[in-house]
Amino acid sequence: MWKTVLRRLLIMIPQLIILSMLVFLLAKMMPGDPFTGAINPNTDPKQIEALKRAAGLYDPWYIQYGRWVGNLFHGDLGTSYIQHVSVSSLIWDRAVNTFWLSLLTTIITYAIAIPLGITAGRHQDEWQDTAVQVFNYITFAIPGFVFYILGLWLFGFTLGWFPISGSVSASASGFWGVLGSRLYHMILPAILYALITTTGTVQYLRTGIVDNKVEDYVRTARSKGVPENVVFNKHILRNSLLPIAAFLGNTITGLLGGSMIIETVFSYPGMGKLFMDSIGQRDYTTLTALILIFGILTLVGNLLSDIIMSIIDPRIRIQ
Amino acid sequence: MAKKTKKQNDAVKDDQTKVSLPPSGFKVIVREIVKDKVALAAFILIVLILIFTFGGSLFLSKSSVSEINIVESYYGWGQNGHLFGTDDGGRDILNMLIMGGRNSILIGISVTVITELVGLVVGLVAGYYGGLIDSIIMRIVDFIQILPRFPIIIVLTTVLSHYNAVTLVWLIAMFGWTVTARYFRSFVLSQRERDYVLASKTSGSSDLKIMFREVLPNITSMIIIDVVLSIAGNIGVETSLSFLGYGLPPTTPSLGSLIAFANDPVNVINRPWLWLPATILLLIISLSVNYVGRALQRAGDARQREN
Repeated sequence: MWKTVLRRLLIMIPQLIILSMLVFLLAKMMPGDPFTGAINPNTDPKQIEALKRAAGLYDPWYIQYGRWVGNLFHGDLGTSYIQHVSVSSLIWDRAVNTFWLSLLTTIITYAIAIPLGITAGRHQDEWQDTAVQVFNYITFAIPGFVFYILGLWLFGFTLGWFPISGSVSASASGFWGVLGSRLYHMILPAILYALITTTGTVQYLRTGIVDNKVEDYVRTARSKGVPENVVFNKHILRNSLLPIAAFLGNTITGLLGGSMIIETVFSYPGMGKLFMDSIGQRDYTTLTALILIFGILTLVGNLLSDIIMSIIDPRIRIQ
Repeated sequence: MAKKTKKQNDAVKDDQTKVSLPPSGFKVIVREIVKDKVALAAFILIVLILIFTFGGSLFLSKSSVSEINIVESYYGWGQNGHLFGTDDGGRDILNMLIMGGRNSILIGISVTVITELVGLVVGLVAGYYGGLIDSIIMRIVDFIQILPRFPIIIVLTTVLSHYNAVTLVWLIAMFGWTVTARYFRSFVLSQRERDYVLASKTSGSSDLKIMFREVLPNITSMIIIDVVLSIAGNIGVETSLSFLGYGLPPTTPSLGSLIAFANDPVNVINRPWLWLPATILLLIISLSVNYVGRALQRAGDARQREN
C-alpha cells in the first residue's frame, strides 16, 4: 500500500519538473519583464539596462529557470506589473473564494449524481433509467457556458431569485450574515455547475450497479435468502459506490478547469475570474503563477484519485 | 500468460470504458439510425443547420457582415428589415449568426480532422507495439491531459504573433488528440493478440500492413462515432474560448462571441436578440450532433442492439 503511494509520488516528480519548465517557457514567451511597470518616459534606458543585468535577465536560461524555481520554493511568485503587489497576496483571496465554490459544487454534484445513478442502475431499462439517461445526455451535450447563461437569465434576471454577481454583499455583517450572503451568492452558480459535472459520476455509478447485479456474490447472497433490500443496499450498492470516491480527485480537477467560465458568467471573484482579468490587463506575472497553480492542483487531484483507488481496489496496486 | 493478463488489466484500468466490438458494416448503422426516429430527426436538423449556415454564407460577403454602421445600432427584433435586430455597431445579427455558425462548425470539423488523424496513428502504434513504445507514448498522453488546457490556450492566443483562425485550430488540436489516441489504443490493445493478427504476422505481413490494412478496417465504425462526438466537443471548446473573448479573432464572428453579448447585464435584460438566437442555435447543434453520435454508439454496440 505505502509502496504504491510512494511509487505514485515518484511518478509525479518528473511531471512536476516538466510542468514547471513548460510554464517557465510560456512565461519567457510573454512580453514584459519585472521593470516594465516601473518604467516612465524619464527613466534613462541605460539605467534600465543596468537594472536588468543586475536582476539576471541576461543570464542563460537554465540559471534563470533555477532562480525562478528557487523563488517558488520560498513562496515568491513574483510581483504583478499592473497591480504592483505580490502575486501570492493577489491570488490568496481569490483562491479562498474558488475553494468554497468548488466545495459547494462538489457536494451538490454528489447529492444529485448518487441518487440518479442508483435509480438508473436499480431500474435498468425501465422508464426511470430512460429519464436519467435523457438528463445525462442533456447535461453532457450542452456546453457549460450556454447552460450558465440561460440559468443566469432565467433565475438571476427574469425571476430574480438569486444575485447575479459577486461573492458577498457589502452590507452583510456578523459571522452568520457573511456566511449566509456567501452561500446565497454561490448557490446558483454551484447548482448550474454541479448539473454539468454530474454526467461522469451518474454513468459510472449506473454501470457499476448494472455490472455488480449479475456477479456471483450477489447470486450467492440471494440464494442464502438475504432480503432483496439488503442485497441491494449492503452488497451491490457498497461495491458500486466505492469507485465513485476515487472520482473525487478528478471532479476537483475538472472544477478548476471550468472555473474560468462559471466565474466569468457570474462575475464571481475567484481564481478563474482573476485569470480572465489578468489576461485582459496583460498581467503576465499573475498569469504565469495561475497556470502553475492550476497545473499543480491538477497533478495533486490525479494523485489523490489514484491513491484512493489503490486503497479501495487492491487489484490496481502496482507490483 | 501472466503477461497477457497484465496487459488486459492495463487496458481496463486505463480507460474504464468498455470497448465494444464493431458491427458488421455500415448497413447496420444506417438501419439503426433510420429505426431511431429521434436520431433521424436530429440528423435532419443538422442538415438544415448546415444548409442555413453554409448555404446562407454564400450570399454574404465577409466585409458586409462586419461593416460598422453606427446609425443603425441596437435595432430590436424585426426593425428596419433586420429580423434579429442589430448590435452596437449596427451589424445585422442574422448575418452574424449565419457566418458565426458556419465558422464555429468549420473550426469544430477542422480540429476533429487533425485530432482524429493524429490520435488514430498514435493509438494504433501504441496499442499495436505495446511495451516500451506504448509506455513512452502513454506517459506523454497522460502529461498533456493534466495540463490546464484553457489557460494555456488563452495565454498563447495573446502571445503568438500572426494569430488567426488556423492558429486556433492547431491550439485546440494540440490538446485534443490525446483523448482519441487513448480511445483507439485501448481497442487495438485488445486486438493485437487476436488470431487474425497473429496469423498475419506468421505469414510475414509487415507491421504497417497489419496496422493499417487489417486492424484499421475493424475500427471504422469506432472512428465514425468518435468523429461525430469530437465535432460536437470541439465546437463546444471553440465557442467557449470565443465566449471568453480569446477564441476566434474579433473580426471573425463565432457563436461564442455572439453569446458573449450576454456578459453585459444590460444586454441580458433589454437586448435578448443579441445573444438569444446564437444561444439557441448552439444548443440545437450540440444536442442534435451529440444525439446522432450516441445513436451511432448504440448501433455500434452489438450488446445493446436488441434492446
